[in-house]
Amino acid sequence: MSLYSIPMFRIFYFKGKSLMSLTTFLQQCLTGISLGGAYALIAIGYTMVYGILRLINFAHGDIFMMAGYFMIFAMASLPWFIALPVVLIVTTALGVGIERVAYKPLRSAPRMSVMISAIGVSYLLQNLATYLFTALPMGYPEVPGLKKVYQLGGLSASFVTFLTPVLTLILVYLLITLIQHTKMGMAMRAVSKDYETASLMGIDINRTISITFAIGSILAAVGSILYFTDRMTVFPFSGSLPGMKCFVAAVFGGIGSIPGAVVGGFLIGMGETALVAAGYSTFSDAFTFVILIVILLVRPTGLFGEKTTNKV
Amino acid sequence: MLKVDDLKIHYGGIEAVKGISFDVPDHSIVTLIGANGAGKSSTLRTIAGLVKASSGTISLDGEDITNMPSAKRVGKGIVLCPEGRRVFPDMTVLENIKIGAYLRNDDLTDDIENIYNLFPRLKERNWQLAGTLSGGEQQMLAVARSLMSNPEIMMLDEPSLGLAPIVVQEIFSIIKKINKERGTTILLIEQNANMALKVADKAYVMETGRITLSGTGAELLANDDIKAAYLGKKK
Ligand SMILES: Nc1ncnc2c1ncn2[C@@H]1O[C@H](COP(=O)(O)OP(=O)(O)OP(=O)(O)O)[C@@H](O)[C@H]1O
Ligand SMILES: [Mg+2]
Repeated sequence: MSLYSIPMFRIFYFKGKSLMSLTTFLQQCLTGISLGGAYALIAIGYTMVYGILRLINFAHGDIFMMAGYFMIFAMASLPWFIALPVVLIVTTALGVGIERVAYKPLRSAPRMSVMISAIGVSYLLQNLATYLFTALPMGYPEVPGLKKVYQLGGLSASFVTFLTPVLTLILVYLLITLIQHTKMGMAMRAVSKDYETASLMGIDINRTISITFAIGSILAAVGSILYFTDRMTVFPFSGSLPGMKCFVAAVFGGIGSIPGAVVGGFLIGMGETALVAAGYSTFSDAFTFVILIVILLVRPTGLFGEKTTNKV
Repeated sequence: MLKVDDLKIHYGGIEAVKGISFDVPDHSIVTLIGANGAGKSSTLRTIAGLVKASSGTISLDGEDITNMPSAKRVGKGIVLCPEGRRVFPDMTVLENIKIGAYLRNDDLTDDIENIYNLFPRLKERNWQLAGTLSGGEQQMLAVARSLMSNPEIMMLDEPSLGLAPIVVQEIFSIIKKINKERGTTILLIEQNANMALKVADKAYVMETGRITLSGTGAELLANDDIKAAYLGKKK
């Protein structure tokens, strides 16, 4: 029996001729899942900040880009096992610092003002990076072992490709446990529903918001390490397109929902890879935005979105 | 003792509370009654720290708390059970109860048991999402949640709003019980002036941002003006 007779595998054939071998197909799937994992980690940052501030943090993609530069400089002078935590800490400080300086003073301002502030921070980071590091792409350092190529059956991929989805799922599991089963998570859920009542419980709103930004930034830093290890260069606008894509992933999954952001991230990563593999790489970026438009038209709350997002 | 001295509250250019002073002695039940828009909720929200006072002072046991952040006031023993219940709808009943004890780090088992003795209905509904409770159950949950911080002073903003008379009775008897058995000071706002005056040791009447009358609950119940204005009885 030829594979052609099984409908599922018919996609590999065109007019009876083989287009893609099963191995190539699985190889592309792996690439897509891996890219999706990195997207998921970044998308979580968008969705969590939206959940707690009802703000689309346009600077998030640029925090991710800055994490790329932090890694370049950390690895230049430190061994990798120290450089990694340093990058996580510095990125977290950047994310929390941006919230303090650019968003916190606008806590009672109209939402549009905060959004404009976020766009401003995004441009500021891009221009600052251009000024400090020039617009030329800089080579991304290699953490030993991450680029080592492994064989799994007929598949061959670097360690980072296997690691990304696994690490993503572990981090998501930890995050959901934190949110559902710890006091800190309870405070985050309460603040994202109702500031006033949360503060009547004794919850420090500003501290809870800072923690949310810290978590989003740590995940963006991890995502950045995984993503740039594969891409090999960083430049000042490295964050803008992935940032927009991850924002779309968060909207796709239902902004405010963490599982939604993860599923959205994986779907966008895989969809994009599938288009590239099918020879439509020119359209792979447009694909994301077509999804955004379709989702906004058909199901604005996304796959897992809350039905009512208005704050009491 | 909670002391409010010459408190003024503005919203934009509008003065909602125009310089009021009153005391809430320890272990007492004090009520604020008055028509809609008199400034009762504003007063309680300012004591809780949700609204800024434009002038005047609020002090607790001699300490000035006028500008303390609201979360800190909970730690000082002042808790507000807000107007309209405001339970967290997508948390379970138990989570709502636990979040009331957010600032405490000790073991909650006994306290939760006590709460369930006070509100047996909440025990049955332990795992239900708070948003799916009936209005009366949500009100009980809101009171239970406020109690979990072990407050010295519990402020209640219209706990009987929208509830059937029998449930109102139940809520009031629980409020009395909390005051008697735990010694918790109660500061209560009510539209249901009759019920409120019956339980109150001391009562203040607010009209358009001013306190116009005060006395013990029994005195105001017997006052002809109050009877006419708030108790629906003819002079
Ligand atoms: N956030 C706000 N912004 C502007 N005005 C407000 C605000 N909150 C209250 N007010 C105004 O302040 C006045 C007092 O309101 P408040 O809620 O304190 O009254 P109340 O005595 O609790 O009335 P009710 O019995 O109807 O609850 C009202 O005129 C109200 O419109
Ligand atoms: Mg009111």
